[in-house]
Amino acid sequence: MLSPVILIPAILNGLLTGAVYALVALGLTLIYGVLHIINFAHGALLSAALFAAFFAFRLLGLDPYLAAFLLAPVFFAIGYALQRLVIGPASHGDDRNMLLVTLGLSIIVENALLFAFRADTRTIDLSYAFATVDFGFAFLAVPRVIGFAVVFAVALVLWAIMRFTDIGKAIRAVAKEKLGAELAGIDVAHVYAMTFGLGTACVAIAACLLIPTYYVNPSVGDGFVLIAFTIVVLGGMGSVPGALIGGLVIGVVESLSGLFLGESLGQIGIFLIFIAVLLARPTGLFGAKA
Amino acid sequence: MSDNKLSLSRRTLLAGTAATIAMPSVLRAQGAGVKLGILHPVSGALSYSGTQGRLGAMLAVDEINAAGGIKGLGKIDAVLGDAQSTPAGGTAEVEKMNSAGVAAIVGGYASALCLAISQAAARYDLPYVVDVGVADAIVTRGLKNTFRFGPGFGVIAKTAIANLAAINDAAGKPAKTVMIVHEDSLFGSGLAKLLNAQLPQHGFQILETIPHPTPTRDFNNVVLKMKAQNPDLVIPANYYNEYVLLARTMQQQHVKPKGIYSVLGGAASSYKFVKEFPEAAKYIMDCNHWFDPKNPKALALKKKVEDKGQFFTYEVYMNYSCVLLTADALARAGSADRGKLTEALASSSFAGHVMPYGPTKFVNGQNQGAAPVNTQVLDNDIKVVLPAAFAQAKPVFPMPA
Repeated sequence: MLSPVILIPAILNGLLTGAVYALVALGLTLIYGVLHIINFAHGALLSAALFAAFFAFRLLGLDPYLAAFLLAPVFFAIGYALQRLVIGPASHGDDRNMLLVTLGLSIIVENALLFAFRADTRTIDLSYAFATVDFGFAFLAVPRVIGFAVVFAVALVLWAIMRFTDIGKAIRAVAKEKLGAELAGIDVAHVYAMTFGLGTACVAIAACLLIPTYYVNPSVGDGFVLIAFTIVVLGGMGSVPGALIGGLVIGVVESLSGLFLGESLGQIGIFLIFIAVLLARPTGLFGAKA
Repeated sequence: MSDNKLSLSRRTLLAGTAATIAMPSVLRAQGAGVKLGILHPVSGALSYSGTQGRLGAMLAVDEINAAGGIKGLGKIDAVLGDAQSTPAGGTAEVEKMNSAGVAAIVGGYASALCLAISQAAARYDLPYVVDVGVADAIVTRGLKNTFRFGPGFGVIAKTAIANLAAINDAAGKPAKTVMIVHEDSLFGSGLAKLLNAQLPQHGFQILETIPHPTPTRDFNNVVLKMKAQNPDLVIPANYYNEYVLLARTMQQQHVKPKGIYSVLGGAASSYKFVKEFPEAAKYIMDCNHWFDPKNPKALALKKKVEDKGQFFTYEVYMNYSCVLLTADALARAGSADRGKLTEALASSSFAGHVMPYGPTKFVNGQNQGAAPVNTQVLDNDIKVVLPAAFAQAKPVFPMPA
């Protein structure tokens, strides 16, 4: 069972899956880092983005990787509007209210999807969905390899935005000291909404990477968001490198526990890690001390 | 104003009550038409199979109604239900159908759903005809209302293993080791248990038995295990989506055993699979439900379904046959009375179906004539290879490289 013939491909597959988990977690951790809210609507927005990618392919014939260029701005706008028009005003600046508003939002989005598209599980069929790259020691699925590369590209862009642009600087300032940033003339409500938009755009890109090999139904996002929470906790709340490394670790853990414990118990390893991190290092790998 | 409103509502109430009291007699006075529950998982993970099942059932209903309905009872009024691919969903639909006053329920599809539906229907002595559900527990719990027209696990596994041994022997015993991949609900797990008990008696060594949930969207780990252990035979027992994914992942990872022999493989004998993924489907063998390829009525039905642009899958002709069986029992019972219908079903010797079965005879709710056949994907088509009485071709084993 420990033969490298299956161990190496299993680990590689885990890394590839983990990269997409990391992207979902990236959006979550970004929103947490700045807004200090746990965005419960993240999973529902992922489901919505998967539906968008699905219909972009079915109705417009748009390849999911091209659709990402369309959906990322669209979902950025949706995220911006949600924070600016719904979550912000409804929560009156109280973090606990934000939590409840996002939870309510997730219920509304999920049920709207259920109403519109029913509970059916849908898939798209692409010619390259089952194509593989032969690395000699492993055949890796093409869509996953693309996904892996795209996630790192997105992480790089995100890092550059945060590091070099004015809005990045403003986001970091608001995350560190909200009142100070406001006194310095930064429009906090705008920064909040921009951050929420960026997090939602991450989800849209993740959806485009998932749809070639995954399926979509109204509650599909829930499974991911649970994993993404684990990653955020593992990597440290609000930490971008933490989300990336945490995602890869969780992907490998899931793949290996699936291999050794069976597919039915594949996710048990993830939640054991979740509990272990909370017990031993509540701030996570890269988290700042509270 | 408010007084006026009150008196109006009181009048409405009185009228409503009167109508409610009068309603049963009105229904009886009509004397025409009988309600039949058609219950399938048309949404959720099993929605494809459920939709196919509904199609088959409705084809039979339309056929009967076009010919004037059931003798003495009139036309069938189909009450459609969606079990949503969960046992709880199935139970809820039974409650609704019972309130709607159906004479019987046909359908269920998945074993776990059939178990829940049969139990819920038994509380109302509501006759229930299982369309597919193969778990033997469905008919061995002593429920008087439950009838299964098709074969159960026991019979299917026995036939499958005997036929596998026969095919292997005829080819000079090239296959010795086996790997079983099954879905982890009642259907797959039960089958895996039976195979584990019976295959060693025929000289096969089982390398590993791998369960997986439904839905599963990644079979890489499972296929990697195959790669490491290199079994001669792979036996998948799962539903359509997972079966297709498994076969395609095997193709993707270049895993080629000497044979893929399914027992009730979700896609192994599906025209949809063969048409959409001919390379992955090539030479796959299956022991499954199938229509009688020599019955003209079956061939006419096949043409009708294909003319609609649909695939002629086992869900279609099994549900078609089950509705015909129920209609025949209703005609003999002469009423929609649940007790009389149950008796009529129990004593049925219905022969007007499209299945390759022996004479219909129910013992404890199980049709003794029911039997599976062996098929193989040959020349981009699905051919019956065993038993000889229905065979269209000879099995090709081991798979040519």
